[in-house]
Amino acid sequence: MTDLLGRLLRTPQGAIGCTLLVLLAVACVAGPWIAPYDPEAIDFLGRFRPMGAQYWLGGDQLGRDVFSRLVVGARSTVPMALAATLIGTVVGAVIGTTSAHLGGRLDEMIMRTIDAVMAVPGLLLALLLVGTLGNGSGNAVIAIAVAFAPGMARVTRSVALAVRNQDYVKAAVARGEGGSWIVFREMLPNVMAPVVIEATIRVAFAVMLFATLSFLGLGAQPPAPEWGLMVAEARQYVHQAPWVLIAPSLAIALTAIAFNLVGDGLRDALNPRHER
Amino acid sequence: MSFGWLLGRSASIVYTILVVSVLVFGITQVLPADAAVTLLGENATPEALAAVRQRLGLDDPYWLQYLHWVGRVASGDFGTSMRTGQPVGPEMFAALGRSLILAVSAIALMLVVAVPLGMAAALHQGRFADTATSFGSFLGIAFPEFGTAALLAFLLADELQWLPATGWVAIGESVSGFFSHLALPALTASVVLVAHVVRMVRSETLDVLHSDYIRAARLKGLPERRVLVGHALRNALLPVVTIVALDVGYLLGGIIVIEEIFAIPGIGRQLMVAITSRDLPSIQAGALIMAATYAVTNTLADVAYTFLDKRIRYD
Repeated sequence: MTDLLGRLLRTPQGAIGCTLLVLLAVACVAGPWIAPYDPEAIDFLGRFRPMGAQYWLGGDQLGRDVFSRLVVGARSTVPMALAATLIGTVVGAVIGTTSAHLGGRLDEMIMRTIDAVMAVPGLLLALLLVGTLGNGSGNAVIAIAVAFAPGMARVTRSVALAVRNQDYVKAAVARGEGGSWIVFREMLPNVMAPVVIEATIRVAFAVMLFATLSFLGLGAQPPAPEWGLMVAEARQYVHQAPWVLIAPSLAIALTAIAFNLVGDGLRDALNPRHER
Repeated sequence: MSFGWLLGRSASIVYTILVVSVLVFGITQVLPADAAVTLLGENATPEALAAVRQRLGLDDPYWLQYLHWVGRVASGDFGTSMRTGQPVGPEMFAALGRSLILAVSAIALMLVVAVPLGMAAALHQGRFADTATSFGSFLGIAFPEFGTAALLAFLLADELQWLPATGWVAIGESVSGFFSHLALPALTASVVLVAHVVRMVRSETLDVLHSDYIRAARLKGLPERRVLVGHALRNALLPVVTIVALDVGYLLGGIIVIEEIFAIPGIGRQLMVAITSRDLPSIQAGALIMAATYAVTNTLADVAYTFLDKRIRYD
């Protein structure tokens, strides 16, 4: 594990990505203590305060400190995306591995159906689900998880197909182990590496999807300092204060870049051909 | 490419649409809203509600309701909007037409910008132009499209006043109005696409430039222009077709946001309106039509790809 981390940090993408992720993690855990001001404190004299030494990213339409809102807002954005990806990955990995284990006609049927579900654009599926379940962060997380599961099932299955023919799986089958033992104890642990890489990259999409849902008014609700919601609120005032809109957009972009970089770095670090 | 292969692809489109119809119907059935209450309002008498439920078949078992719905959809009847009282089908297809115009313009714009940019980056590999392009495309992919949309609208519509910020004008009404209203949303939609495709074109061009037949063409003494355009470009563009097909899927999703921001009455906006007003028939029709469009474009791209690449044979 430490070996892997070392290799990850030695790749340039991995090093930059990990640095960004550490910063994000700090903001998520300790946001309210790091933020220089109260993110919800309204100050009408400070409306559209420009960027400066005292208020790094200026003030928004209610005079709230944008930097503080961004730092505290990490908490209402990033963990949601992580949770959605985690749920979607676990569900997808179980479906994909089971499908590969079953094989034959059943496998074919499951995968055809998954292909068909993937014909629904992710945002559309998430919108439909949130429309059904009701607005809010929790429902947005479920919706994104459901939208991710088919793609993860596809990736997992392609790996699991190779694992299925390994001797240890054949041995388990010969021992007369049950289906769930073979799927959960023999196959799943051995498909994890590529699945984790894929999931890391997907977090970037999840951040984007979650922010988009919030932007459309279906995810996080005001006055939460969620980044997508901040962009939506800043839109009306973009003439007076473009930075109020740019700052949260950049935060989303940097988060997406961070997870992408770490995913790429992991791919290089886990690829045996790159070992020296 | 054989007849059997085409038949198989068509069958998979039908299967896809069937699965999507089950999915869409299933999700919308869970909607907590009672369609009868939505239609008649909160103060309707129980008798009136019961009559409407009877008429809409809301008391039938789910599978029967589903079969009825699929039967009607197959004959082209998508039901009546609960919001406007108008038939949903014609409205949704008109909206789809506007969305497709937007999507096709975005793709055209993307090709015009991304292909030369990607090739230029490959030709200047490692130098400033290349690094700048890479950085720009990285940011273009990661920057959320609603942020891009709001910023472009601010710059081009509010500050410079070059383009109208929102709305849609039919081409029959005013040709210049049509294009000026289309420009901003198409530009926004193409930003992510350009960012995506530039990287693709760059790496493909690099691969091709290092290949033997390019070296052969140069050794033959062909002018550099002909080497690049006649030999390199053609081969580098092939994978781009696939990416464009995948991007159509992205576009159909991303278009929801863009149509919402620029107030374009396309299918994404219709769907958003339907979802917020819990207009069941419109949600079902919109989602089904969107997913079906995606499935069809994907298959068309596959077919186009096999036509272009003579090495691929599906039997």
